[in-house]
Amino acid sequence: MAINLKVNGASHSVPAEPDTPLLYVLRNDLALNGAKFGCGLAQCGSCTVLVDGKAVRSCVTPIGSLGSAEITTIEGLGTPDKPHALQKAFINEQAVQCGYCINGMIMSAKELLDRKPNATEGEVKEALAGNLCRCGTHGRIVSAVLRAARDMGGTVGGNIGGRT
Amino acid sequence: MNAPILSRRSFTKAMGGIVLAFSLNPAELLAQAEAARLPGSLQTNRRLDGWLRINADGTATVFTGKVELGQGILTALKQIAAEELDMPLNRLSIISGDTDATPNEGQTAGSQSIENSGTALRMAGAEVRAMLIDLAAAKLGVAADTLKVVNGVISAADGRKVSYGELAAQTDLKREATAKVKPKDPASYRIVGQSEPRIDIPAKVAGGAAYVQDMRPAGMVHGRVVRPPRYGSTLESVDETAVKSLPGVIAVVRDGSFLGVIAEREEQAVKAREALAKAAKWKLGPELPDPANIHAHLKSLPNTESIIGVKQATVLASASNKTLEATYTKPYLAHGSIGPSCALAELKDGKLSVWTHSQGVFPLRAELTSILKMPAANIRCIHVEGSGCYGQNGADDVALDAALLARAAGGRPVRLQWMRDDEFAWEPYGAAMSMSARASLDADNKIADWHYELWSNTHSMRPQSTKGANVLAAWSLAEPQPHGPPQGIPQPAGGGDRNSVPLYDFPNQKIVHHFIPEMPIRVSALRTLGAYANVFAMESFMDEMAALANADPVAFRLAHMKDPRAKAVIEKVAAMASWRPGETGSLSRGRGIGFSKYKNLACYVACVAEVEVDRTSGKVRVSQVWSAVDSGLVINPDGLKSQIEGGIIQSASWTLHEQVRFDRNGITSRDWASYPIMTMPEVPKIAIELINRPTERALGAGEGSQGPAVAAIANAVAHATGKRLRDLPLDARRVKTAIG
Repeated sequence: MAINLKVNGASHSVPAEPDTPLLYVLRNDLALNGAKFGCGLAQCGSCTVLVDGKAVRSCVTPIGSLGSAEITTIEGLGTPDKPHALQKAFINEQAVQCGYCINGMIMSAKELLDRKPNATEGEVKEALAGNLCRCGTHGRIVSAVLRAARDMGGTVGGNIGGRT
Repeated sequence: MNAPILSRRSFTKAMGGIVLAFSLNPAELLAQAEAARLPGSLQTNRRLDGWLRINADGTATVFTGKVELGQGILTALKQIAAEELDMPLNRLSIISGDTDATPNEGQTAGSQSIENSGTALRMAGAEVRAMLIDLAAAKLGVAADTLKVVNGVISAADGRKVSYGELAAQTDLKREATAKVKPKDPASYRIVGQSEPRIDIPAKVAGGAAYVQDMRPAGMVHGRVVRPPRYGSTLESVDETAVKSLPGVIAVVRDGSFLGVIAEREEQAVKAREALAKAAKWKLGPELPDPANIHAHLKSLPNTESIIGVKQATVLASASNKTLEATYTKPYLAHGSIGPSCALAELKDGKLSVWTHSQGVFPLRAELTSILKMPAANIRCIHVEGSGCYGQNGADDVALDAALLARAAGGRPVRLQWMRDDEFAWEPYGAAMSMSARASLDADNKIADWHYELWSNTHSMRPQSTKGANVLAAWSLAEPQPHGPPQGIPQPAGGGDRNSVPLYDFPNQKIVHHFIPEMPIRVSALRTLGAYANVFAMESFMDEMAALANADPVAFRLAHMKDPRAKAVIEKVAAMASWRPGETGSLSRGRGIGFSKYKNLACYVACVAEVEVDRTSGKVRVSQVWSAVDSGLVINPDGLKSQIEGGIIQSASWTLHEQVRFDRNGITSRDWASYPIMTMPEVPKIAIELINRPTERALGAGEGSQGPAVAAIANAVAHATGKRLRDLPLDARRVKTAIG
């Protein structure tokens, strides 16, 4: 059976059952590496993507539940050549050690800054409370999100993603 | 094959096809014994072309046996090579951890990469640069010492130039390093010592293929494994019929009690795993010990004693009321990688290729060679980064699992990622430990004698570290391999006894290491090995002795310390934190200090922690940590700070939250709810200052801050609450019980 999904602005038909977690389809059918398998239990956040602008855990999101929703992955924010402000900020702050959690950090931060372009340090920390990091990069991650917010001037309303 | 001469394959050819493990080749061992001692890893990988290659296009290729674990090592090693070669960083590429292509540097562990691989590249780089200059001198007909090198271009005084690329064809690196060319004076460094951005980060923030988990070769299929309820269980029966008929299932693989499945799609493999788990009937292994008495249980097991660090001097006996004794404990800790371990294996035409995030591709290959009964020449292990490992997580285990599944995949590559519960329940944990200390003060309120004992399992059960097999599936195959015998790591580095010998200057001291061979719970290397627990116990006890002496903890430490570099980090951190002697703590604020020189051989780190304790819940919050660090010559200041900062946060998480839970039936920490770690809102503010010592050896730092951090936090909690907590973790329940 095939399911249609709208990912990073393009439509895709994928040969998977409706109960298939979105994560596996993104990674294996669409060859998008960004979202990571961490726990499969919605506990760690490394699989985070945006669905209609909302941060969701793709490891527990069945593709059959998505309908015509707009799915945005980290690849949809920017590329190594044309990085999104958040991606640029993570590079500038060197806010990565192993980097396995970083997809989730950036995607959760994206949702926050879309909602609250002038988010405070406390709000950033709260927004990332469900994203686990094991290397101890937390401080730099928060600095990177705050830097991205500053770089975007807090003036870009609504969708600040790479699709615009 | 584009491998340098060091590869195992070409060697066996030279030996007429006789198959010998590379590292055990007697001829080579003999040659090494006779040859001059070379610095760093040059000693064991002696040829220049094993480390560096100059290419005709003006680039250079750097080879290292050390691997990227998220610690930034490849960036730092490139900096070292580029510096000595006088080449811009962006003209160097680096190849790491490939049994067909790189030097064998064993494991990437113990904070030794800068010291071993870095030293080799520094010496090799200097030598290759000198060779290039000699070639240029001959070509230009001028004296070598009149030439200058800028960005890989050699210039004569008259303006004529020749580039490294033009000399590449004549540069014969197929010979032993001499290590006779003096490397650069650190005062002239332009690349080393700079905070060069990490080379691996851009791909990691944009969904690039950065991890073994991201590999997706054509024809790839997905594997999953089914593990029993607890250690030592055997598979009685499994009805495979229903599982085999599930959509996408290619094969069910059973070998003794090893059970796995291969499917076309990943979600199909996951479903098949669930079905297979239900269909499997296990004969359960022995019950686990009672978690409530785990430390007493471990101490009751047979152990071998070694006595280390003995100092004896005649000191006037102290008054009997000036003696203290205390016992501390540390629970089992999980590595807790965010990404479960993963490997990709392909068995094609009798050759096995394994892409792995193992910390040691050569030891892993040796392990696979004996388990799979394949010649090493037919196995290639290639490092591809995984999620951070912090020691031996499931990386090597999953590599064998994937190889076993690949045998049933008809030549197709099998990608196997463990599920979350595979990783939590089966990884080898950091060992639980008990530490007892006793000390007395002399008439001047200084420590007159120090007696310290520790009880621990081994801290290293890595592949090929010993005889026998140290990867999980090997023990349960139809032809099972025996467990490798547990062994310690000798002093001065030590394993369980790492950092158990005080750096303080005590006139009398004795340290007893009780090494417990029997392991009721699987353990191996976790970042710092025994140092985290020993520094916790010793530095807590130093504070207890300081209190007995009515002395300030900082002053008390300095009064017992002769090593000027140790004194410098302690004084520096006290200044950074505006430490005030005699300051009283309150539940809303307590401060503590901790210090160690990692392994007594590597970097000096001192930390001051400030904590707040919630009276109602007992919950401890670490609000701030200051840290002063001396790791000799600093290669990459920002990278070093990142490692120290990460170590502090990871240590704070271990200290406040973590212990592997189990009951008699098995491990019960199987997800992040049953093994909570520190979350973003709890993370302390951190301030780090580096003391750069360009004329001192560059020292490893990846494990430098965990010990000082736990000690500083534990001392701060005691300062805040007035109660000394000696059992880790310092979780809310324990703290609440202590403060009432």
